Amino acid sequence: MEQVSSKKKTVDQALVYIKDECRLMYGGFGGIGSPPTLIEGIFEKGVKNLHLIGNDAAFPEVGVGRLISNGRVKSMITSHIGSNPNSGKLMSEGKLDVSFYPQGTLAEKIRCGGVGLGGILVDIGMDTIVDDGKQRVEVNGKTYMLEPALTGDVAIVYAERADEYGNLIYDKTARNFNPLVAMAADITIAEVKEIVPRGALNPEMIATPGVFVDYLVESKGVNWTWAWQEN
Amino acid sequence: MGMARELRQRIARRAAQEITRGMVVNLGIGIPTLVADFIPADWRVMFHAEHGVLGTGPSPLKGEEDEHLCNAGGLPVTVVPGASYFDSTMAFGIIRKGLLDVTILGALEVSEKGDLANWIVPGKLVPGMGGAMDLAQGAKRVIVLMSHVNKKGKSKIVKTCTLPLTARNCVDLIITEMAVIEVTVDGLVLQEVMEPYSVDEVVRCTEAPLIISGKLKG
Repeated sequence: MEQVSSKKKTVDQALVYIKDECRLMYGGFGGIGSPPTLIEGIFEKGVKNLHLIGNDAAFPEVGVGRLISNGRVKSMITSHIGSNPNSGKLMSEGKLDVSFYPQGTLAEKIRCGGVGLGGILVDIGMDTIVDDGKQRVEVNGKTYMLEPALTGDVAIVYAERADEYGNLIYDKTARNFNPLVAMAADITIAEVKEIVPRGALNPEMIATPGVFVDYLVESKGVNWTWAWQEN
Repeated sequence: MGMARELRQRIARRAAQEITRGMVVNLGIGIPTLVADFIPADWRVMFHAEHGVLGTGPSPLKGEEDEHLCNAGGLPVTVVPGASYFDSTMAFGIIRKGLLDVTILGALEVSEKGDLANWIVPGKLVPGMGGAMDLAQGAKRVIVLMSHVNKKGKSKIVKTCTLPLTARNCVDLIITEMAVIEVTVDGLVLQEVMEPYSVDEVVRCTEAPLIISGKLKG
């Protein structure tokens, strides 16, 4: 249904939806394309026991890495945590529960959750340790594993531009998982560099239709430095 | 992996010889990343990265990094003319559909059957597989670049992998600081020996049996 009132919110208004124990989907790859202002807000608000669903654990002080490093995350469904040594440490201490999926499988599971499908058929990782007796499906003589769709309570995404309807345009490789998680949660909050009036974006350029987006927050900009600059 | 810069570059330079004009190539983290430095720009090789870009170029100059443009290691990168951006499902669609001509990966162990272990040392190193399983299983050709032996001096080219597998039967070529070894249906074929090593030294440092290529005999 058309939402006539503006989707624009302040960070505090948007954060009302992100509570302890939230199943929080996030865009970003190594922190690039993660929404810095929302993550900062989650950190400052003190939200804890988060269940994160997204590609990776970023770097210790970049993107969701900061939430993990500070013990705010209870579990992760992800493909890689190697760039954030704190997550490996917390995992081995039993303080962080991590479920790994091959990156392409994870991406598709999330996309599926976002488009009303039950799951995917995939053979990546079959008969390896990630295949813990997954259900088999045969199609046209080929055997696949059934991987159920993934959904979340809230998705936080970063986009370059949005119009007031919530149509999103991403920037370069900051797109990554953003359009996928944007579809897959009950509530989607987009942090955006620039929010423009309806009609100001070329409809051909829109990567996420605004119908998937519930709230828009203006970004205060990237607050991290490249990982190699930390050293 | 602690290997000297010169050796890493030598391995990368040799790997670049496996790339031909116009190929679609994915480079893993570590030594594989260096391969791009040895590929002339006019070959129009399209480098693919898992998060969602086809057509990455060299590293940007200091101060010219774009905070929204990174390679698969999360480091700043540039793009070449003809590049495209897309979401991660499409990036992996390209991989699973078999549109990657070559992927070049690092490894912890490779078996004589071409089984690859490169993502986990249970209890010690559990970074997650990232895109490694998709790449190893999906690319038309898998080339592994690694040190010939591990830190304890033990061969990384083994009869059977002891570490959990990334994918079975997927590796086509192994390039180390000592040798170039092809995985064939008959077993591992030693194709080239790097200076200053001898065939005997390579064989001694390799746990899996090696078939010596005709061109190395006599």
